[in-house]
Amino acid sequence: MVEFDVVELPETDHLAAGDTAPDFTRPLVNDEYWEDASLSDLTDEGPVLLVFFPMDGAFPATYVWNELRDRAWDDDYDVRIVGLSISDPYAHKRLIEEREMDYRLFSDPQNGVAEEYGIVHDLDGMAGVSEPRPAVFLLDDDRTVEYAWVASEWPDFPDYDEIRAAIESL
Amino acid sequence: MSQRADDSTITFYRLQACPFCERVVRKLHEYDLDYQSRFVEPMHSDRNVVKRISGKRSVPAIVDENTGVTMSESGNIVEYLDRTYGNERARGGAN
Repeated sequence: MVEFDVVELPETDHLAAGDTAPDFTRPLVNDEYWEDASLSDLTDEGPVLLVFFPMDGAFPATYVWNELRDRAWDDDYDVRIVGLSISDPYAHKRLIEEREMDYRLFSDPQNGVAEEYGIVHDLDGMAGVSEPRPAVFLLDDDRTVEYAWVASEWPDFPDYDEIRAAIESL
Repeated sequence: MSQRADDSTITFYRLQACPFCERVVRKLHEYDLDYQSRFVEPMHSDRNVVKRISGKRSVPAIVDENTGVTMSESGNIVEYLDRTYGNERARGGAN
């Protein structure tokens, strides 16, 4: 652990358990191409774990996707795992390739989804750039939030065991 | 366009800023056709999805579920769209 206080993020009125996650449409990137897709396209198929992560190339993006790839919850449970960052589709394709992962990633360079979800993080030292706070939402097939985690520090990482428990209890 | 993939019957494989692809876009708009864009990468070697559907890696390529037609090369596609959705079809009295 570091021997100083990590940066605390201000309180935010974010999407929480019991709420309905706002639907959105953004380019959804897989290992071969990207096309516009809606969150509800995914939830129509079943529960979705929606993972907001810092821009591709930042180390938390690598850490989070290595972890999710290795845990591979979708092998054992009926859940679709999908990410979202402000990175463009080309960067997402690189990340998917480098992490050797099967998960698809939404691209939201203008950060509008984070605004809707109440998780905007204005980046210090990068003028005009904001991205989502690290956050994880487990949604059922009606887009009802079953579990929510939103970073309260910067940086901050999800509690993976807690997420697995939430998926298990769906 | 933000239609759901399964609402569109034409899937359009394209490359950002490719003039041949934009030529097809113009034609799709002209006939007010609903389509789902799938963007691929500039590197030909990264376009296996296009090869799988059309047999070659070139874009533009379309898959039209209305007719079961898969086609590449903008000249061919434009001609196909004219023939299938253009005025000639109307004159032919098809529905």
